[in-house]
Order: sequence, then structure tokens, then C-alpha cells
Amino acid sequence: MTYILYIAMSFLILGLIISAIRFVKGPTAGDRTVALDTLTIIGVAGLVLLAYVFERFIYMDVALVYAVLGFIGVIVIARYLEGAL
Amino acid sequence: MNNVLEIIGGILILIGSVFLFLGALGILRMPDVYNRLQAGTKATTLGAMSLIMGVGFLEPTWMLKSIIIVVFIAFSNPISSHALARAMYKRKRYPIIKSEDKDMDAYREVFSQEEEEVKS
Repeated sequence: MTYILYIAMSFLILGLIISAIRFVKGPTAGDRTVALDTLTIIGVAGLVLLAYVFERFIYMDVALVYAVLGFIGVIVIARYLEGAL
Repeated sequence: MNNVLEIIGGILILIGSVFLFLGALGILRMPDVYNRLQAGTKATTLGAMSLIMGVGFLEPTWMLKSIIIVVFIAFSNPISSHALARAMYKRKRYPIIKSEDKDMDAYREVFSQEEEEVKS
């Protein structure tokens, strides 16, 4: 079981690094926002996994609030890029 | 019984983490905003849902909260991807299409008609 958690965590960290590269590099603002969305979702999944590893139930609440805030942030950035804000 | 739940949860966690990694790889490799949205939203949604359900299987008392997070992700992620795609189209960053199949972008005509109506 421990090895499965190690493997999953390393995949998550690789995903975080790769999408952070796109976040820094991305030619337009849209690319950066897509990378931000992916970073948020991977962060939520990582928080839930950490909640299981550390056996803290409160981290699930943190993950839920982070998911809500990331969703609202992406929607606001999209409306701003559209010119409607 | 406990053992079966642990096996199911481990498999779901592995599938989820692999799909999250593949989504991030798609974001790095794809050539266009729309392709990046395609890779980065669908694969990531499946990966996050699968991983969170896997944690719910591993720790059955947390199942309710993980179902809440999964339902919220399943609602919110397509909405944000749709809003982003529409915003990029309104900023006139059209998708990359080879010249012979212009008909692929069916939204172009509707969009230009709408813009003329707004101008007139």
C-alpha cells in the first residue's frame, strides 16, 4: 500500500512541475489560465491524498474550499479576458 | 472485506494519478489553446474524480465528503473550460486548422454573423 502511495505522489509532483512549466512559458494569457486550472485540480487531488497519508480529515475540507476558489478564479479570469468584466 | 476495499482504492488511486500526469503532459505538448483545454480538462477531471473516489474507498468513513468533492469537480470543471474556450474565441484566437478543411470550424460563421449584428 505504501508503494502505491509513493508512486501516486511522484506522478502528482511530476504533473505539477510540467504544468508549472507551461504556466511560466505559455505564449498567451489563455494558456496560462489553462495551466492554472490544471494546477488547481492537481493540488486538490494532492490535498486529498495527503489527507489519507496524514489521516487528517480536516484536509478534505481544505481541498473542497480550494476547489471552489480555483473554479471561481478561473471563471473570473475568463470573463475578464472576454471583455465582459 | 476490508482487503477488497483496499485493493479497489489502490487501483483507483493509481489510475487517477496516471491520468493527472497525462493531462499535465498534454498541456505541455499540445500546440494550441483549444487542444490544451481538451487535454488539460477532460483527463484531469477523470483523474481527480478517480483519485478522490479511491481515497473514499480506502477510508470508508470519509466516503460522503469525497463524493461531495467529486460531484463538485464534475460540475465545475467543464463549466470553467467552456468559459475559457469562449473567451479565447472572442479574443479572436481561432483554432489552428489546415487550409483544406475549413468547414471544421462550424462556429466561425455563427460568430461572425453575431458580430455583424452587434455592430449594426
